[in-house]
Amino acid sequence: MIARHLPDLKAAALVLPLVAFLAVFFLWPLASIFTTAVSDTEVSRAFPELGRAIDGWDGQAPTPAMQQALVADIRTTPQATMGDAVRRLNSQTSGFRSLFGRTQQAVARGTGPVDLVALDGRWADPLYWNTIRSALPPYTPRFLLSALDLQQGAEGIEVAGQSVHVQIFLRTLGISALVTGLCALIGVPFAMLMLATTGWVRNVLMASVLLPMWTSVLVRCTAWLIILQNDGVLSRILQTLGGLREAVPLLFTRSGVIIAMTHVMLPFMILSIYSVLIAMPKNLMPAAASMGANPIAAFRTVLLPLALPGIVSGGLLVFMTSLGFYILPALLGGGNDQLISSFVAEYAIRQANWPLASALGLILLIVTVVIFALYQRLSTRMAGA
Amino acid sequence: MTFRGLALGAVVLALGLGPAAARDLTVVGWGGAGQAAQADILFAPFTAQTGLALQQESWGGGYGIIKAKVDTGDINWDVVQVEADELELGCADGIYEPLDWDAIGTRDQFAEGGASDCGSGTLTWAFALSWDADKLEGTPTSWADLWDTERFPGKRGLRKGAKGSLEIALMADGVPAAEVYEVLATPEGVDRAFAKLDEIKSDVVWWESGAQVLQLLGAGEVVMTAAYDGRLKMAARDEKRDFRLTFNQALYATDSWVILKGTPMKEEAMQLVSYMSQPENLSKMPAVLPYGVPNTEAMAMLTPAAASELLTAPENFGSALAIDTWFWVDNIEALSARFNAWLAQS
Repeated sequence: MIARHLPDLKAAALVLPLVAFLAVFFLWPLASIFTTAVSDTEVSRAFPELGRAIDGWDGQAPTPAMQQALVADIRTTPQATMGDAVRRLNSQTSGFRSLFGRTQQAVARGTGPVDLVALDGRWADPLYWNTIRSALPPYTPRFLLSALDLQQGAEGIEVAGQSVHVQIFLRTLGISALVTGLCALIGVPFAMLMLATTGWVRNVLMASVLLPMWTSVLVRCTAWLIILQNDGVLSRILQTLGGLREAVPLLFTRSGVIIAMTHVMLPFMILSIYSVLIAMPKNLMPAAASMGANPIAAFRTVLLPLALPGIVSGGLLVFMTSLGFYILPALLGGGNDQLISSFVAEYAIRQANWPLASALGLILLIVTVVIFALYQRLSTRMAGA
Repeated sequence: MTFRGLALGAVVLALGLGPAAARDLTVVGWGGAGQAAQADILFAPFTAQTGLALQQESWGGGYGIIKAKVDTGDINWDVVQVEADELELGCADGIYEPLDWDAIGTRDQFAEGGASDCGSGTLTWAFALSWDADKLEGTPTSWADLWDTERFPGKRGLRKGAKGSLEIALMADGVPAAEVYEVLATPEGVDRAFAKLDEIKSDVVWWESGAQVLQLLGAGEVVMTAAYDGRLKMAARDEKRDFRLTFNQALYATDSWVILKGTPMKEEAMQLVSYMSQPENLSKMPAVLPYGVPNTEAMAMLTPAAASELLTAPENFGSALAIDTWFWVDNIEALSARFNAWLAQS
């Protein structure tokens, strides 16, 4: 039995490193992002007593039992656990932090029961107690909904007051698509030019694609900062060409971001197209010409269809990478040119709101996977045709 | 790209090539010329006196970063310069080591808000209305002038974020400094601040670091901006620029040194914070980096010329407003969310 399966086992052993790699660097982080986005255990961990006492509460005036359970929890819960819970509560209802700070100090002063309402009038407000109760379940759709500008209302899911994330997702997709289109527009002629040349000219063209790619994105970003600035090179050229009186503002505008992103992503597009075109037999274009096709017709019917797989795979590469751009829009764009990653950074770095950052990342991943699936169907259909 | 970096980092760690357990004491400031001054005045003499080598890093704030370091136990920062709200947040969350003030011995010399259980105040910065007199015609005198695009055409700079921007908007709208937080505590007050920001939304360049704003001002990308007073004065002096500022309606707050909880170098970190809490050491800072220091003994040691440069000088202090730490500790999430939503709308 074993002997018969041995080749299979050997084959399995060969792919084991790959499986292990995928599990450690892909599946595990993904799973942890997912659990972070939906888990909500901070409050239930910090308030075990209150969790029991609040059961069956009518949601109106807080009962004495709940108040004393809260005091008991404050006395027994470690500071770090309580800190996490308070941050979670404050992100839902402003004011929890100062309320807790004051309460914790008062509770620490004695060992007996504490009159919370006398300590701070806010404890009489059911709002704060309801916030705690709503945060007790260990799993919540709250962050995923919030990533899509939705919230859990009294009557099911509703649109949240301020819409921001959906708009940013659409902007991210739009800018990425635009950058992809521009890359294709510049990439196809450039790849054709590389194909048409030989010797040192081709080498120079190749180097002009590869050299920027070997340069750090941050360095290229700084270079664009100088080129795009007010009274900078590009602004002056445009001014002269257009015969304009005022300088063209480029820095901190959408145009500046798109120009720089296109520059950064262009090599990926050119190389994809070039690698496809270089495999094309050299005599196809002369053959088309000999059959009476003018250059435009030859380009449309022969070269473009052959280059299409390169354009599509290059486009996919450019589009997917553009979705995650962060530093370029941050340095070259204005307030409303930021992409979704800047919001992920805001929540992760500034506010330590990791569930919301994870939820945004997860939604971006889902959008990307859907687009990739569409591409797969499209490309199989194209291959079949 | 990030993922690849992460994966590479993990592989390096797994192979044991990562930072060895024995490392130098790491001190983290806010970078740029400000940290260079701290290095000269505080870090280098500390190393000379104690023989403890220091590793410097810099950051631009962000509670998530230090919280993550403490939570994961991967503590490669020891002594960190934090803003007042990060100090309060972290102290409440228990991510800082309580300071041994008995050993440091200077707690009673600190001004209000300068010394706390978790932090030792090191400089008091102000957001002041600043401009480049070589480029700007006329002299702005209050935040209202930042809104006056007729008299001062061109882009304006504000620090990206709700904190600071909302107070500035209200003062520009005529709210007296003393009543700003009263107004901001009401929903109508917040609406009013955002409505005022709406007026100059298309004219604002939002900056994120103290070095960036000086670059923007120096390159003429903005004609006027809220900027950190000390950094601006330092740049004006060292780079011979005619940068000017007014302390009228300036917003101010104190940055503190904290020690991250669980650091393997707690003893050494405590030594460094103690060194940086001594008035004779602190008093050397303002002459190089013109920020006030929240230590009364140190302030008393300043020359009159150096003292008159600072926000704390009586002739400058008139209408300055202390940033209300607890207001922001309570409201930062809600107002940041609103601010980001506002900013994202074109």
